Amino acid sequence: MTEHETRPIRSSEDVVIVRQLVRAWAIRLGFSLVDQTKIVTAASELARNTVDYGGGGIVRLEALSDGRRIGLRLTFEDKGPGIEDLALALKDGYTSGGGLGLGLGGAKRLSNDFELVSKPGEGTRVSITRWR
Amino acid sequence: MTRSASRLPDILKQNDADILRDWVKEQLATLRPEAMSESSLREQTQRFFGLLRDAVQSGELGDITGPAWTGVREMLTDLSQSRATFGYTPSETAMFVLSLKQPLFTRLRQDVGRDAEALADEVWTATLLLDKLALFTTEVYQKGREALISRQQHEMLELSTPVVQLWDNVLALPLIGTLDSARTQVVMENLLHKIVDTGAAIAIIDITGVPTVDTLVAQHLLKTVAAARLMGADCIISGIRPQIAQTIVHLGVELASVVTKATLADAFAIALQKTGATIGKPAGR
Repeated sequence: MTEHETRPIRSSEDVVIVRQLVRAWAIRLGFSLVDQTKIVTAASELARNTVDYGGGGIVRLEALSDGRRIGLRLTFEDKGPGIEDLALALKDGYTSGGGLGLGLGGAKRLSNDFELVSKPGEGTRVSITRWR
Repeated sequence: MTRSASRLPDILKQNDADILRDWVKEQLATLRPEAMSESSLREQTQRFFGLLRDAVQSGELGDITGPAWTGVREMLTDLSQSRATFGYTPSETAMFVLSLKQPLFTRLRQDVGRDAEALADEVWTATLLLDKLALFTTEVYQKGREALISRQQHEMLELSTPVVQLWDNVLALPLIGTLDSARTQVVMENLLHKIVDTGAAIAIIDITGVPTVDTLVAQHLLKTVAAARLMGADCIISGIRPQIAQTIVHLGVELASVVTKATLADAFAIALQKTGATIGKPAGR
C-alpha cells in the first residue's frame, strides 16, 4: 500500500474528503472503530482549522511502524497568519473565531502524539499520530 | 515574441471559405457522428469563424481577455456550456477550437512557406492563440459542471432533512451524513417551523446516521437545542454510539444540559413518559 499521501484542503468540501480519506486509511491499517472515530474526528477539527484560520493548506497522511506498533500520522500545514500564543490557542474554550474553542485541544486529546509549530506571519503545522 | 505584422489576419480574411471547409471536415472526422448534425456543426463553425476573423483583425493576438475578443468569448462560453449539458467530454469540447490548427497551419505554410523563420513565428503565434481559446473552453466547461454539482448538492440539502411526527407533541429529526453549516441551517429552520406548526413539546434529534461528531457538529446541535428550548420544546439527542460518546468526552464538549440517549427507541420512551402518554401490550397476552 502507499506509505504516504498528500491532499490539498481549501474548502469545507475538502474537510469532508479528508475525513473520508482518513477513515479509509484507518480501516486499512486495522484500527478499531473507536480509534478510527478518534483520528477521523481529530482530522476533521484540524482540517477545518486549516480552512478557517490558515486560509487553506495541505494534509499529509503517513503510515508508520516502530516495529511493535502501527500508526497513522497526519500533518496539516498552512501558510496562514500563524498563531501568536500557542498555549492560549490550546486552552479549552478559547477561540479567535466563532467556534466552541475545543478543536485544537480536542485533537490533541484524541491523539497519542501531538506537535504544533507556528510562526506568526509564516503559517502553522500541526502533526498528530494515533497508534493502533 | 509576437511580431507586430502577423500575416494571420490577412490569411483568415483571404482564405476564409477554404479554411472553413477544411475545419468542418476536420471536426467531422474527430466528432462522434451522433453528437451533432453536420448542418448545425457547419452553422456553428461558420458563426465562430466570423467572430474569430473579426477579432484577429484587431491585431490583439496575444491577449484574448480584451474587448476585441468579447464576441469570441461569449460564443465559446455558450458552446462549452451547451456541450457540457449535452454530455460532450472535455476533449470533444476543446477539439472544436483545436481542430482549426491543421487547416490554419496549411494555409500559413502556403503563404509564408519560403521563409522558415517567419513561418515558425506565425505558427507559434497561431498555436498560442488557439491554445488559449481551447483552454478557455475547458475552463468554462469545468465551471458548467461545477454549477451542475452545486445545484445537485442544493437539491440534496432539501431532500435529506425531513422532520417527522412520531406521536402527539413528539417530533423526530433523523439526521444523516455530513452536518456542514449550510445544511444545519436548513435543519434548524425545518425543526423550528415544525415545532410552531405542531405545538410539539419534545423533539428527538437522532444522529445515528452522522458518522463524525466533531466540535462544529456539536456546536450546531447545541444551538438547535437552545433555539428549540426558547420556543418551548425540549430536545433529546439520540443515536450516541459508544465511539461517538468517547470522542465527545475527549473533545471536552459539554452535553450535560441536553438529554441524550443511545437509541431512538430509548428517546421515544422518555418522550412518551414526559408527555404523559403510554403504549402497552394489550392485557392477557
